[in-house]
Amino acid sequence: MMGEEFLSLEPIVVAVILAMAAATIVTKVGGLWLLSRFDVSDRVEAGLSVLPGAIVVALLGPELAKGGPAEWGAAAVVVLVMWRTENILLALVAGVIAVVAFRSIG
Amino acid sequence: MSTDPDTDESSPPEPSETVSERSASEVDTDSVTFSREGIRIGFLTCAPIAIGVAGYGVAFGVLARQSGLSVAEAALMSAVVLAGASQIVAVELWADPIPIATVVFATFAINLRYSLMGAALEPWFRHLTSKQVYGSLFFMVDENWALTMREFKSGGSLGAFLLGSGIVLWLFWVASTILGATVGGAIGEPEQYGFDFILAAVFVALAVELWDGSSTLLPWLVALGTAIAAANVFPGQWYILIGGIAAALVEVIRHDG
Repeated sequence: MMGEEFLSLEPIVVAVILAMAAATIVTKVGGLWLLSRFDVSDRVEAGLSVLPGAIVVALLGPELAKGGPAEWGAAAVVVLVMWRTENILLALVAGVIAVVAFRSIG
Repeated sequence: MSTDPDTDESSPPEPSETVSERSASEVDTDSVTFSREGIRIGFLTCAPIAIGVAGYGVAFGVLARQSGLSVAEAALMSAVVLAGASQIVAVELWADPIPIATVVFATFAINLRYSLMGAALEPWFRHLTSKQVYGSLFFMVDENWALTMREFKSGGSLGAFLLGSGIVLWLFWVASTILGATVGGAIGEPEQYGFDFILAAVFVALAVELWDGSSTLLPWLVALGTAIAAANVFPGQWYILIGGIAAALVEVIRHDG
């Protein structure tokens, strides 16, 4: 019956999912846990202070590089709207509309 | 959102001026509190983004069904793993028998970037109890980490923002997984509506806010260059980690240099 197949929970599948969850939780709490356990020198702290921007740029660079003119143009729209309005929602909406529009042109 | 004059965007943490035990960032973040109001504001701020993320939840649900998971199993994975990219890779790797070690290791490797993101929250999260911190971190994904950094960097003091924004993402992620796994491919590709661009747009907007003048330029160029180079050499998402660590190392070397 279809309902059974929809709701079935095989023990081995559940075990793998729980192992994935455990691995993910280790990554999510691990960095902060390490920081709270050990005293960090101001030199290391200087390195950590650039992390937010560095992660953003490291995630974004290859993402945009594998896109095309439509994505680059839409990213420029987000920068412009964000810079002029400082309204993140407006910037996101403008970016998504721009990417759809630019893709339909390209 | 904060009225505290101490939390001023124009004076970012300058560890070079202080000793390690009491860094400037500690002074800047003293007003951080964990409140119901923070959960509410995080929830509402992130709701529009959660709707976009739901496009991926539907796609994940469809893929999970195609890989042989039941609706209940797909929903369980979204509820307890809550990390989109790693879940999509996992169901792509899924086979009979399940390659358990490959799936779990791939999940760990893809999500390792969360350790750096969590570490970046430390100046603000040090004012919360460990229950609040670890409860919030479970709900941390790329999108709400970005929104939370933005909240804190602009002087906000809502310690519960990550939790609130994570809860709305969790709700939409699980619900859209169930939808995708149930109705299948009827919804179409997220690309069709530009949903695939939302994550990039969130990060572009955050980059605009994190830009802090010329001192930002060198670490950002290092992160950008190494990430693009690493993306061409290594599989998966190692480039995020490599770019972030390279920039931090350069800053550590440059410090006092």
